[in-house]
Amino acid sequence: MYIYDDIDQRLIDERVAQYRDQTRRYLAGELTDDEYRPLRLQNGLYIQRHAPMLRIAVPYGLMNSRQLHKLADITRRYDKGYGHFSTRQNLQLNWPKLEDVPDILAELATVQMHAIQTSGSCIRAITTDQFAGIAPDEIIDPRPMIEILRQWSSFHPEFAGLPRKFKLAVSGSKQDRALVQAHDIGLEFYLDAASRLAIRVWVGGGLGRTPILGTVIREHLEWQHALTYCEAILRIYNLYGRRDNAYKARIKILVKALGAEEFARQVEAEWALHKDGPSTITQNEYDRVASFFTTNRHSTLTDQDASFEAAKIAEPSFAAWARRNVHGHKIPGYRAVTFSLKPTGIAPGDASSAQLDAMAELAERYSFGELRVSHEQNVILADVKLSDLHAVWQAACQHGLATPNIGLLTDIICCPGGDFCSLANAKSIPIATAIQKKFDDLDYLHDIGDIELNISGCMNSCGHHHVGHIGVLGVDKDGSEWYQITVGGQQGSNANIGKVIGPSFAAEEVPEVVAKLIETYIAERTAEEHFIDTFGRIGIAPFKNQVYAKEVA
Amino acid sequence: MSNLIKHNGIAADPWTLVSLPAPAEDTVRKQAGKVVIFKVTGEPAATQEQLQTAVIPATGNVIVPLTLWQARKDELASRAARGEIGIWLESYELLEHLLASVSDINSLPVIGINFPRFADGRGFSLAVQLRTRHHYRHELRAIGDVLRDQLYFMKRCGFDAFSLRADRSTEDALASLRDFSEPYQGSVDNPLPVWRRYPRVGHHALAHSKTEPTHDDEVD
Repeated sequence: MYIYDDIDQRLIDERVAQYRDQTRRYLAGELTDDEYRPLRLQNGLYIQRHAPMLRIAVPYGLMNSRQLHKLADITRRYDKGYGHFSTRQNLQLNWPKLEDVPDILAELATVQMHAIQTSGSCIRAITTDQFAGIAPDEIIDPRPMIEILRQWSSFHPEFAGLPRKFKLAVSGSKQDRALVQAHDIGLEFYLDAASRLAIRVWVGGGLGRTPILGTVIREHLEWQHALTYCEAILRIYNLYGRRDNAYKARIKILVKALGAEEFARQVEAEWALHKDGPSTITQNEYDRVASFFTTNRHSTLTDQDASFEAAKIAEPSFAAWARRNVHGHKIPGYRAVTFSLKPTGIAPGDASSAQLDAMAELAERYSFGELRVSHEQNVILADVKLSDLHAVWQAACQHGLATPNIGLLTDIICCPGGDFCSLANAKSIPIATAIQKKFDDLDYLHDIGDIELNISGCMNSCGHHHVGHIGVLGVDKDGSEWYQITVGGQQGSNANIGKVIGPSFAAEEVPEVVAKLIETYIAERTAEEHFIDTFGRIGIAPFKNQVYAKEVA
Repeated sequence: MSNLIKHNGIAADPWTLVSLPAPAEDTVRKQAGKVVIFKVTGEPAATQEQLQTAVIPATGNVIVPLTLWQARKDELASRAARGEIGIWLESYELLEHLLASVSDINSLPVIGINFPRFADGRGFSLAVQLRTRHHYRHELRAIGDVLRDQLYFMKRCGFDAFSLRADRSTEDALASLRDFSEPYQGSVDNPLPVWRRYPRVGHHALAHSKTEPTHDDEVD
């Protein structure tokens, strides 16, 4: 992974000093709440329901053992002994003290970490596929480009006061796992007819209050121009995006208002002035950054291991885990392993300090000391040998990290919701727990198979409910908490926004509604269909009818 | 004491800033959702009454709003020829309108850009466009809600003068111009990104100077 040189290190050290002084001035009354707000937000600090929440950047979800040990240490010393992995592939602390944050940042800087631009109206941390660099269907490892974009976007002087937050995602695989269509800018790598690396540029996607999938504004962009092209997009957005209404301030609204063609025309006109300028990425710089991700460290192995096969036969629970939590790898003899942060009864994405340390140690021992965070809020070891899988599983079991439910109904994506977040209309964690409890039969879960259930506590959609096969959205009706259910949302290359099935439900009704949706699928499915396939074939009506059918006496 | 920072120091200010009088209240109401300068951003246009009643000091150097310059150009033309007139823009105004209103952008000794709120970053892009696309060479001044925490960004985008908000210390603010010593990306103050400024090293060189995680059969 990328290693800081003196230039990177000096920047984050200077950032700590700058933020320390801003906080000092705020506490001394020299900055008002309104003046301090954008400053702390651009450093990931929200004021939440109970305490401030600090969002720590994990660039493109990649971190090393030393960093994760440091995070564990910080959760012990400055928080309540746990951290929360979010859908932005980063780590959130729920209970830091505002006046401790400069010290926390100083600690993070010692392991090349920070909280720069993890919130606020600026270019946010850039996300990608959690299997970047190892996915069998990968065309190009997106991480070098994201690292180049990360540096370009960090403290970009022109885009420090955008109309609203701005999220980029980069995908380098055939199957999109980075949600490029649901980001302000999505860059999708592909090989063109001449087998050269090219980028398809999506703009104007986003979830939130007005879910819209992006539009391609440029089909073919040579990778050298990624920075100048993004800069042109951002300049047009910065100048003309709405600032009078926060709900209409995202770039998607501007793209809709102008029309994608007119928007693209303005971007192209702006880009023409800066194309081939100094920000054009050189092969030399690309290769330098790529060198951090192409280390030649895997052993030459066959893609079979007798001990692994034997263990699966001997221990059915290991086999169940291997079926769900182990993923393909482009190098023979290696697999990726997902530690499930979704056991029943724990807030999805939460990990205790001890679990953080345990995962760091396992990474050190079995996976080149590196870990990834997925936007599904789990943690991944990307480079485990087949012959080590059993040992990793045993250790994961000991630490409560081996729930064999990855991609199943209980692997719920869930925002912190009304228990923590001051934006939320409704609680989301108790809903997740209630659904997990309702579906506690592992055999039944495996029978239901691949399905994504996403929960957001409000329209801001941190829980990505719009793109869940089943989406649950907390809404406020006359001061009480209700839940709206959507079906048919989908992430990936065939991204889709889910459709609302009808009037919303009280919290205690939600697990039963989910059960009825699942029953409908089970009754209607063909042998090879997953939930989303059945939905695609039969449409929303049978699901709706089942859920709203009057009880027959 | 002056609240102007110019060329990285505190400077006396030879310019007087002229603003439009506040619109009459009924005009504001009538305008809501109707008269807008730019459909997408939805800001209100100045009224004829505001433009005609604005007081412009008869002598000395003045920076006037773009709309006032457009409306009362004849009255100001001879002073402009003597270099006594600068123009300032609201953050939602279009540079095209400024360019159309002068024969040569570099005939203006100063252009001001208003930051109506600290968080409104449109002025950063206006500055970049004035400096790069339109090659403006003279004083580019940030006015309005200008606080020290933006100065570093403003300087990078091509501002060289900052009218600090009246209640703030210019002494303290000067330090903020040096918040970061070596930024990553190119901008107006230095168009070169960091990798064109310095030879940066790749994995091999850095991995040998730091302790990296080991693996029993790592071959790198």
